[in-house]
Amino acid sequence: MNRRQLIASVAAMTTISLAVPAWAQDEPLKVGFIYVGPVGDGGWTYQHDQGRLAVEAEFGDRVETTFIESVPEGADAERAITQLVLAGNKLIFTTSFGFMDPTINVAAKFPDVKFEHATGYKRADNVATYDARFYEGRAVIGTIAGRMTKSNKIGYIGSFPIPEVIQGINSSFIHARKVNPDVEMKVVWAYSWFDPAKEADAAAALLAEGVDVILQHTDSTAPLAKAQEAGAIGFGQASDMAAFAPTPRVSSIIDNWAPYYIKRVGQVLDGTWTSEATWAGIGDGEVVIGEITEAVPAEVKAEALALRDKIAAGEYHPFTGPLNKADGSAWLAEGQTATDEELSGMNFFVEGITAEIPQ
Amino acid sequence: MIDPIALFLLLLSASTPILFAALGELVVERAGVLNLGVEGMMIMGALSGFATAHYSGNAFLGFAAAALAGALVALPFAILTQFLMSNQVASGLALTLFGLGLAALFGKPVEGVKAPTMAAGPLGLNWIVWLGLAMVPAIWWFLNRSRAGLILRGVGENHDAAHALGYDVRQVRLAAIAFGGAMAGVGGAFISIATVLQWTEGMTAGAGWIALAIVVFSNWTAPGVLAGAWLFGGVTVLQLRLQAAGVRVPVQLLSMAPYLATIIVLVAISARQKFSRRAGGAAPGSLGQDFHALR
Amino acid sequence: MIRLVPRSDTPALLQVATPVMAVLATMIAGGILFAIMGYDPVAAIKTIFWDPLFGLAASYSRPQLLVKAAPLILIASGLAVGFRAGIWNIGAEGQYIIGAITGAAVALAAYPAPEMWIFPAMVIAGAAGGWAWGMIPALLRNWFGASEILVSLMLVYVAQRIAAWMAFGPMRNPEGFGMPGSRNLQQYPAASNPELIAGTGAHWGVVAAAAAVLATWFLMSRHIRGFHIRAAGTAPRAARFAGVRPETLVAFCLGLSGALAGMAGLFEVAGPAGQITDKVGVGYGFTAIIVAFLGRLHPVGILLAGLLLALTYIGGELAQLTMNLPAATVQVFQGMLLFFLLGFDLLTRYRIARRVTA
Repeated sequence: MNRRQLIASVAAMTTISLAVPAWAQDEPLKVGFIYVGPVGDGGWTYQHDQGRLAVEAEFGDRVETTFIESVPEGADAERAITQLVLAGNKLIFTTSFGFMDPTINVAAKFPDVKFEHATGYKRADNVATYDARFYEGRAVIGTIAGRMTKSNKIGYIGSFPIPEVIQGINSSFIHARKVNPDVEMKVVWAYSWFDPAKEADAAAALLAEGVDVILQHTDSTAPLAKAQEAGAIGFGQASDMAAFAPTPRVSSIIDNWAPYYIKRVGQVLDGTWTSEATWAGIGDGEVVIGEITEAVPAEVKAEALALRDKIAAGEYHPFTGPLNKADGSAWLAEGQTATDEELSGMNFFVEGITAEIPQ
Repeated sequence: MIDPIALFLLLLSASTPILFAALGELVVERAGVLNLGVEGMMIMGALSGFATAHYSGNAFLGFAAAALAGALVALPFAILTQFLMSNQVASGLALTLFGLGLAALFGKPVEGVKAPTMAAGPLGLNWIVWLGLAMVPAIWWFLNRSRAGLILRGVGENHDAAHALGYDVRQVRLAAIAFGGAMAGVGGAFISIATVLQWTEGMTAGAGWIALAIVVFSNWTAPGVLAGAWLFGGVTVLQLRLQAAGVRVPVQLLSMAPYLATIIVLVAISARQKFSRRAGGAAPGSLGQDFHALR
Repeated sequence: MIRLVPRSDTPALLQVATPVMAVLATMIAGGILFAIMGYDPVAAIKTIFWDPLFGLAASYSRPQLLVKAAPLILIASGLAVGFRAGIWNIGAEGQYIIGAITGAAVALAAYPAPEMWIFPAMVIAGAAGGWAWGMIPALLRNWFGASEILVSLMLVYVAQRIAAWMAFGPMRNPEGFGMPGSRNLQQYPAASNPELIAGTGAHWGVVAAAAAVLATWFLMSRHIRGFHIRAAGTAPRAARFAGVRPETLVAFCLGLSGALAGMAGLFEVAGPAGQITDKVGVGYGFTAIIVAFLGRLHPVGILLAGLLLALTYIGGELAQLTMNLPAATVQVFQGMLLFFLLGFDLLTRYRIARRVTA
């Protein structure tokens, strides 16, 4: 089954599914979370846990949350998710791409439990998916990067060559170039989401190439530490990384899962939850641009914030034509915007990026 | 254009954590002990060093604390293998598990804070980088020229003979294990204090395992450890540097290369020793074996 | 002054008593740890050791013990044979990964053919892959005298990188929207390794682990090769005079443990794990070394040790779930358990005697 059919069939199923009766108020709703890393990772998992805490703060006694951290993707995930079900959790968030198949498997066995899988593409009657439009935030920090670079070279530390990361590279490059036509983008793949020593080496390699602004799609603060040493600037990733403000961290792109988690828990509580695919961005508060520090000139800050607000209001799509692919072939015509389907399978760079995507 | 001198300076920094850990493990293995717990000792050093540096505001004090913490966390391993005759491989693996857990547990209060800045040494490199380089000749001298080093090698080569000559095998090995822990601790602290400037769980990310490979590559000599650290660090630095310059590199295949090189070196040295029957060179004779004095 | 005297044979009571003493000591030390951390020590220890077996959700977690223990037991059975001969394969993790890859390769090449032969062929390919990966250190030791400890360890790193390469390159799922990882074999009926009887957790890997325990027991206590292995481990020179060829033993032991580790990898990737990813090696190969020693290199001991470790994993998850115990606390507790088990084992091998001053 391809994605289009899947979406169609799920849509059909959700329309006929009946509203679930409102949750009994005397017993708290148990909500479980499965984390791929430790809560103390300061990045991806930390932000999901912040979302969990926000749910507790919002609903108080009406919910009870639990989590299992550092769950390896694969065999252990299925057991951990099942354990959450057996412990009475009625809504379970599985917060890593690698939990996709385990989530679907467990969900098939427990039709009365609702599941939410982050960043995946498989859904079922009781499995919703959610993801964030990180590329919207990348457009904003790309703008700052394009304005701030003096060497006209921007470095990007990618984790893995997967669509989500490629979207971010393209988006930040497009918007850096928009404000600075001479800008070049250097890309380095770390092949890890979190490996401080290697991320530091990657940052150093980019700095040696003459880069003075570093964007990162890996979770540690090592690139910021290297940028600081070299007098370059960077951006917080996943979490705010405020310890490195006002410089080298001049702003940040924050994963804020709280609004989504609160919304979905609320829907289960009042019986309006349905399985759907949510891909929310700046407008929904899921992607947040961290404070832009005084190291950024006021007019650049204003420009970045204006772009952020336009994206939030839905007036502007970061992937708006005319845009060509890196091989020179036409992609989007004037005024045309990229579809979600194109973005979720993105495997090419846009014109102007000279690096190649490893296959 | 890639500037080779800049690349070399990059390499010196990048290879420092694994250089420290591998030099420590070299001394341990020369004493005849195989400690697979390097990762656990490094992460404990990374945490203790960072916390001390943060609270005291003095990074150098942090490194001293890291050395102490590395040596202390190696203590259970030392007791198990030297007094309770437990298998070294299993005990070392348990030490890795223990250290990773302990560091994660105690690290909660220092999450999110930043390390104090360190004044750079000559050539803009951290003083600890220079200390690591200085340790290479120092350990070489200790192992090959000092009396204590001679005893240590004797213990590692043939513990029964060393015991018969009246040396306290256990005492020598305890000291070596503690030293190895201290060095691993400093290596780990370099990652937290000098590279990342923050504490995060699991931040050593497998560096301890690379250190173990480097010792094999080194053919159990201090200059060999330096060469190994530069090879392993160099492959990473070079492939990242090439990527930054826009060159396509087969990352996975390239990162495999140092390990294959290590196997080739090991085989070549073993073969030379086997066929020419020359003494010395390859792995210490008693490496990984239990020692029990019957008398 | 006390001293240790090696035992020629261990009283049966002590064989059973030492692990119990070690577990009790861990409970005391762990209880102190939990109390310091602000958790109820009795409840925490009950959650870890009791609830997976007899708690509310035990009907689910009991079979899961088998799923978690099976690869550990399968690998450790093979390793222990070599360890008794003084042949140290510490690279089972690498053999596990390669077995998973070669086994999965058969399935991915055959996809979507429905034939019956596919799964058996995968098992053979997995075992062959692990065997071949184990034969590398064997041959390098036999030909050049290279230490099998170090070569097998180095080959773990190489295998890990091959797995990453496969997940991002040749084995990447063409329908996976550009994400790394192979097709999920659970969704390919001819290649999957499902639960054989619903609710038991038992898949072919569990069957294989049970068979491995029996086979290695037979080998070590009833077969001439087992006698040779034991002889080589305790008295290598005497064994050589008795006509035992060390080269043969090295190849046999590393090949056997490699093949079993490779099979474990295949059963895991075709069953509970489902797909080849860059993280296909989750450490079973290393944990199995600990299991082999905790089981005192005896098949029955390995069976029990594997189940005990699986219990602490699953109990540790339950403790996270029901008591909000951080994963790190559970990890420290497991580390302590291993230290105590390894330490107390001294009593089975040595007798403590007062040193007599002459």
